[in-house]
Amino acid sequence: MKKPELLVTPTKVDDISRLINSGATAILIGEEKYGLRLAGEFNRDDIKESVKIAHGLGAKVYVSMNALFHNDKLEFLPEYISFLSDVNVDAIVFGDPAVIMAAREAAPEMKLHWNTETTATNYFTANYWGQKGAKRAVMAREINMDSIVETKEKAEVEIEVQVHGMTCMFQSKRTLIGNYMEFQGKDLKVEGRSKDRTLFLHDPERDAKYPIFEDENGTHIMSPNDICIIDELEDMLDAGVDSFKIDGVLKSVDYIEKVTSLYNEAIELYLQDPDAYQDKKFFYLEEIEKIQPINRNLDTGFFFKETVY
Amino acid sequence: MQQISSFTPEGKRVIIKKPELLAPAGSLEKLKIAVHYGADAVFIGGREFGLRSNADNFSIEEMREGVEFANKYGAKIYVTTNIFAHNENMEGLEEYLKDLQEVGVTGIIVADPLIIETCKRVAPNVEVHLSTQQSLTNWQAIKFWKEEGLHRVVLAREVGLEEMLEMKKHVDIEIETFIHGAMCIAYSGRCVLSNHMTARDSNRGGCCQSCRWDYHLFEQDDHKEEEIALYQEADDPFTMSPKDLNLLEGIPQVIEAGIDSLKVEGRMKSIHYVATVTSVYRKVIDAYCADPDNFKIDPKWIEELDKCANRDTAPAFFEEVPTYKEQMFGNHGKKTTFDFAGLVLDYDEDTKIVTLQQRNHFKPGDEVEFFGPEIENFTQQIEKIWDEDDEEIDAARHPLQIVKFKVDKPLYPNNMMRKGVL
Repeated sequence: MKKPELLVTPTKVDDISRLINSGATAILIGEEKYGLRLAGEFNRDDIKESVKIAHGLGAKVYVSMNALFHNDKLEFLPEYISFLSDVNVDAIVFGDPAVIMAAREAAPEMKLHWNTETTATNYFTANYWGQKGAKRAVMAREINMDSIVETKEKAEVEIEVQVHGMTCMFQSKRTLIGNYMEFQGKDLKVEGRSKDRTLFLHDPERDAKYPIFEDENGTHIMSPNDICIIDELEDMLDAGVDSFKIDGVLKSVDYIEKVTSLYNEAIELYLQDPDAYQDKKFFYLEEIEKIQPINRNLDTGFFFKETVY
Repeated sequence: MQQISSFTPEGKRVIIKKPELLAPAGSLEKLKIAVHYGADAVFIGGREFGLRSNADNFSIEEMREGVEFANKYGAKIYVTTNIFAHNENMEGLEEYLKDLQEVGVTGIIVADPLIIETCKRVAPNVEVHLSTQQSLTNWQAIKFWKEEGLHRVVLAREVGLEEMLEMKKHVDIEIETFIHGAMCIAYSGRCVLSNHMTARDSNRGGCCQSCRWDYHLFEQDDHKEEEIALYQEADDPFTMSPKDLNLLEGIPQVIEAGIDSLKVEGRMKSIHYVATVTSVYRKVIDAYCADPDNFKIDPKWIEELDKCANRDTAPAFFEEVPTYKEQMFGNHGKKTTFDFAGLVLDYDEDTKIVTLQQRNHFKPGDEVEFFGPEIENFTQQIEKIWDEDDEEIDAARHPLQIVKFKVDKPLYPNNMMRKGVL
């Protein structure tokens, strides 16, 4: 059985060697202008530096360009893609077909990973984007374990699944936090509304807390719990899912590092000795529970939850 | 780019590229009303693969009847099949699309490439229109979908007029845009609040509109492990309820931009809504196209649209990114000012007696308003009312009851009667 890629999100250049030494085999970075809900902001010099460090340690570097682009951003895409190609980034993550169009012109050899998040829900469509040039599909977090396994069986592209962390529930182009503050008559310059402030919405009905922040791409609302399936990795390892992602958005590097090393250990143990993994998997879960930030419970997302419609 | 206008021999400018007026139809009755009130095309939902799982939705047989009716009036029918399918939803898709082709619908409105590709393969005579669920926001993406063989794209609700103009300049494909109705506050397709909060899948038709619920905004102080409320006791709670879209005053610009189809949202809305909104936009589009250079918005049109609105309206992203003024805080709803009271079945010119199907309570002495494509709106006080057996009654109490009374001006079948509510 092959060991899947362990993809993690550093918050800054200095995190990279720590995370790779903890077991990460690929990193996802980028800048807000092109990528959505990143753990950190990486400008061009940072990207260059990141590639040097990661490649030196044998890990891959993916750059996020999965924003929904309006016309005014189009002119920047080819040049940015050329730059990423020149500095030997291993793949670009996209959602908007405009990125395919730009990559065909600017860097036809560049690998593309399709990731719209919410709309990657079946194997046919994963393969469709494969035919359009994607090497990988990142599955929606809203599909269940059986679908993921079936999708992997029928996919002609690599399959990536988020196994840990926060997920996005909502993106609006409107500046909803600022709008609310203006409605209340507050001075926005003083108040601020960015990711640097830890804001959340409290849902009184469900007593849940949803992180919320604004950036260049609009307003984002995040899940109340962190996905954690460190004790449920068997099916996806057996199926050969290509990449397991740990999303570190709104988390500290200490947290991401610890989670990475635990997942790495769990995966390696299963591959060497599935029975030993069965004995130890709840220990891994407990270890993660110990470092969870206040207000952030763990759950299994939609892996074992059915939705109706 | 296609030519939008030309000049008559007398030197008057007229619009030669008239956009399609596309109305919602949640049922066969609404479909007929929409066409009767001036829609060039209607969009409907089938029993599967669409996004309003709570709506009535059409069986294949009802679609057939709808197509036959629409054909008589030269109107087109599009079927929404815009879910993002999970693996388990693939079953039955081919049969369904073949049925749609056989029934003769003009096109389907699709988001998932699974359905796009399957339709191209098994139902090649059906046009494929890209749904707003794909949140299409730039012309390169439009070019991509054109190269994929799509007939038409529906823009994201976040696209403004300047962006539309640029899209039209770069790509020659039919463009459809929303002009009226309720809308998502998120990028469509990019919201799963409903999945998390109620286990209902928004992208398969289960959306429970969690965005419009009330929340409280807090700041977490990580160092002090403290939560600070960012609202005062008296403040309205945080909510994400957008005012409904209303582009009445932007119609001239949309027409001049060469947009091909102007879409009214609302498959779940009443026939009163469908009739009112369709007839107003019909008048606006016709008036502008006939004489664009002397066109003025008639305040009556704005008043008329307001009669079926249950929420405040705004032009959304048409000119710029909306502010708090285009959202609703506190009381989200607005009291409707008019009830739909009856549907005209017949009018006897000699006796001036209307035969009408009751849709809401009314009684002698009530002041009512009639409207319809054949008439100018007029109001009238109701005198005596008789039932089907010519027995005088003190009120029209029963839904769908057939009643008769005297109306001074002529009426036509499918004209509607509405009544002010206090």
